[in-house]
Amino acid sequence: MIAEWTQYLGGALLVVASLFSVLAALGMLRFPDVYMRLHAASKAGALGLGLVFLAIAVVSLDFAVAIRALIGLFFILATAPVSAHLLARAALRSGPRPTEKTSISPRFLDR
Amino acid sequence: MSGSVFLDMTTAIALVLLGIAFAFTLIRLLLGPSLADRILCLDTITLLAAGAIGVFAIRSAIYVYVDIAVAVGLLGFLSTAALARYLLSRSNEEHR
Repeated sequence: MIAEWTQYLGGALLVVASLFSVLAALGMLRFPDVYMRLHAASKAGALGLGLVFLAIAVVSLDFAVAIRALIGLFFILATAPVSAHLLARAALRSGPRPTEKTSISPRFLDR
Repeated sequence: MSGSVFLDMTTAIALVLLGIAFAFTLIRLLLGPSLADRILCLDTITLLAAGAIGVFAIRSAIYVYVDIAVAVGLLGFLSTAALARYLLSRSNEEHR
């Protein structure tokens, strides 16, 4: 049946999404630097929430719910880079210097 | 294994993994040396909460929760943007 197939696909998407979220949180915990943590959190975290929305769109079998979930997915994919960029700029201007391992072009470092 | 049983199992796994992610992010929120770390942690916690609400929407089959997840995602973006602007303006005042 179609319903069975979508349930299997949605469950697999949910597990992948939560694994991405755990990887993002692990990166937040383990990376030595604000900028590396931004890398982990903004990519993997947004991808985790986006895959949850995709799973909702697959599982629900309802056009209105699927459209709302896809709008949420588009919204997350559009706003995650913007907020990460704003936060990285603010951190570079105000916060700690990057560690040796973080490669930032030197022309961004003279504030 | 039928599809609904599989979906029940995977949503339980997803909620447990999201809880672990919450714990990691909370540790970094407590440790975080600078204000930018803490703002980033709040952003990630908001994303994780929206994800947990979405997983719960699938688990309970009450799809009104999808709207709540979208709204929480919007709130996370707005709060991160506002806090980043605050951080930027504060550093400008210090340099003046």
